[in-house]
Amino acid sequence: MTDVVRIFRRSSAALFGLGLVAVMAVLAVLAPWLAPHDPDAIDTARRLASILTAGHPLGTDEFGRDLLSRLLFGARISLAVGLTATALAAVAGSLCGLLAGFVGRWVDQLIMRSIDTLMAFPYFLLAVAIIAALGPGLVNGMVAVAVVNIPFYGRIVRATVLAVKQTEYVESARALGVSELRLALTHVLRNCLAPVIVAVTLNIGGMITALAGLSFLGLGVQPPTSDWGSMLAASRQYLNVAPHVAALPGIAIFLTVLGFNLLGDGLRDALDPRLR
Amino acid sequence: MAAVGGGGLPAYALRRLLLAVPVLFGVSVLVFAVLHLAPGDPAAIMLGAQATKEDVERLHRDLGLDQPLVIQYFRWIGQVARGDLGRSIPLGRAVLPEVLLRFKATLVLTTGALSIAVLLGLVAGIVSAVKQYSWLDRLSMGVAVTGVSLPVFWTGIMLIIVFALQLRWFPASGMSSPYGSGVGDVLWHLVLPAVTLGTASAAALARLTRSSVLEIIRQDYVRSARAKGLAERAVIARHVLKNAINPIITVLGVQVGFLLGGAILTETVFSWPGLGSMMVRAIQARDYPLVQGGVLLIATTFVVVNLAVDLLYAIFDPRIRYD
Repeated sequence: MTDVVRIFRRSSAALFGLGLVAVMAVLAVLAPWLAPHDPDAIDTARRLASILTAGHPLGTDEFGRDLLSRLLFGARISLAVGLTATALAAVAGSLCGLLAGFVGRWVDQLIMRSIDTLMAFPYFLLAVAIIAALGPGLVNGMVAVAVVNIPFYGRIVRATVLAVKQTEYVESARALGVSELRLALTHVLRNCLAPVIVAVTLNIGGMITALAGLSFLGLGVQPPTSDWGSMLAASRQYLNVAPHVAALPGIAIFLTVLGFNLLGDGLRDALDPRLR
Repeated sequence: MAAVGGGGLPAYALRRLLLAVPVLFGVSVLVFAVLHLAPGDPAAIMLGAQATKEDVERLHRDLGLDQPLVIQYFRWIGQVARGDLGRSIPLGRAVLPEVLLRFKATLVLTTGALSIAVLLGLVAGIVSAVKQYSWLDRLSMGVAVTGVSLPVFWTGIMLIIVFALQLRWFPASGMSSPYGSGVGDVLWHLVLPAVTLGTASAAALARLTRSSVLEIIRQDYVRSARAKGLAERAVIARHVLKNAINPIITVLGVQVGFLLGGAILTETVFSWPGLGSMMVRAIQARDYPLVQGGVLLIATTFVVVNLAVDLLYAIFDPRIRYD
C-alpha cells in the first residue's frame, strides 16, 4: 500500500487532478455560504452583465441571475448526479459480474449476452434511447447513464472473480467448508475492490460529461433546477452578445472532468503493477 | 482470444457472423421496449392532450397495443424485416425514408470526424510511444488528456463563437448554404462539426494507441530486432507497428461507437440535419416510431462495424480464430 501512495505522489499530474477534484468538492459543499446571491433570483435590469460587473464577479445570465452563484449551485447538482450515477453503475455492474463469474453456467451466459447487447449500442445513444422510453428528467437521466455503464463494471469484476476463483486460498477456504456465499462476499469481493476503485475514478468524469450532455439536450435536469449542462444550453441564444455565459459552465465541466481523469490515470498507474 | 481453431478464416467469419445474431436480437428487443417501457398508454402520449378518446383507441389498435407483448414483438420485427418502420405522427410520413435521409448526413459527419481522429490520434499516439518521455510525448499526452476531458457540446459552442461569429471563416450551422451547392459547400459546413466531434475521439485514440504501441515495444522480439543492429526506423515500421495494428483497429471500432453517439450532441450544437438531432426532437415530441427507427438504424450500423473490425482483426493476425 505504501508503494501505491509513493507512486501516486510521484505523479504531479495525479496530484493536480486530486487538487482539482478537492477544490470542486469544497466549492460544491460550501456553495450556500460562498455564493454571493440566490442562484435563482431574477434581476431583469441586469440581464447578460459581463464579467467583473459590480456585485456580479462573473456576470449574469439572460434573466439577470448571478452566474457565479449559479455555477456554485450547479456544481452541487452536477457532482451529486455524477457520483450517484457512478455508484449505481458500479454496484449494479459489480453484482452482475460477481454473479456471472461466481455462479457460472447459464447465469454467466445470460448476464454476458445481456452485457453484449448493451455494448452493441453506441455509448451515448443507449442513454438517449433509455430516456426516450422513461421520459426526460433528472432521475431517469441518472438511471440511463448508469445502465449504459453496467457492462464496464460487469466485465472487470467477472474477470477478477474468474482469476481469484483459481487461487489456492479460495480453494483452501472452500476445503475448510466456508459457504459459497461467504466466499463470494469476503475473499472474492475484496479482491475486486482495487480494480473497481480505479474504474470508478476513471468513470466519474465520463459520467459527469454524459449527464451534462443529456441536460444540454433538454433530456436530463429540467428547469427550474439547473446544472452546468442546462446552463450551457440556455446560453446558446446569446452567443453573439454574451459569450462568457456559454464559456463558464463548460470550463467548470472541463476542470472537474479533467481532475477526475488525471486522478484516475494516477490511481491506475499506481495500482497496476504491469506499468511499473 | 483462443489459439488456432479449425477451419481457417471462412469458418471463423461464419462463427463470428452467427455470434452477431443474438446481439441483433437483443438490440431489437431493447428498441421494441422503448415504446413499451414508457409509463402510460403510448397511443395517448403520442397523440397529445387534444386527442379524442376515439383517436386514441384507433391508434391503440393500429399499433397492436391490445395484443400480448410477444405477438406485438413478432408483428413489429416482421414489419421491420420488410422495411416498414411505422409512421411518424407529427411528420405525417413513413419513418424509413425519413431516417435514411437523415442518416446520410450523420454518416457524412462521422466520416469527417473519424478522418480527423485517425489522422491526429494515430500520429500523436505513435510519436508519443516511440519518443516516450520526450517533450513531444508529454505535450501530446497533455493535449490528449485535455481533449478527453472537454465536453463535445462545449467545444462546438466555443468553435462557433471564435470561427463562425467572430472570425466568420465558417458557417455556424446547417449542412449547406441556401443557394450553395456541391461538395465544396458541404465540406465548408462540415469543418467545425467534424473538428468538434473528431478532436474528442482523436484524444482518446492517441492515448490508447500510445499504450498499445508501448506494450509492443517492450516485447522481447523488438529487443532482438534492435540487438541484431536493425535501424530504429525499421524496428518501428516492421516489428512494432505491424503488431500494434490489431489493438488499434479494435480501438477504432470503439471510437466509431463514440462518434455515432457523440454525433447526437454535435448535430444539436450545429443544427446538422442528421439522425441525432432528429431523435432529440422526436423524443421531446414523443414520436416513438421515429426514435425507434433512428436507434435501430444506428445500433445495427454499429453491430456491423464491430463485425467488420473483428474480421479485419482475423485477417491481419492469422493466429486469431475464436473457438
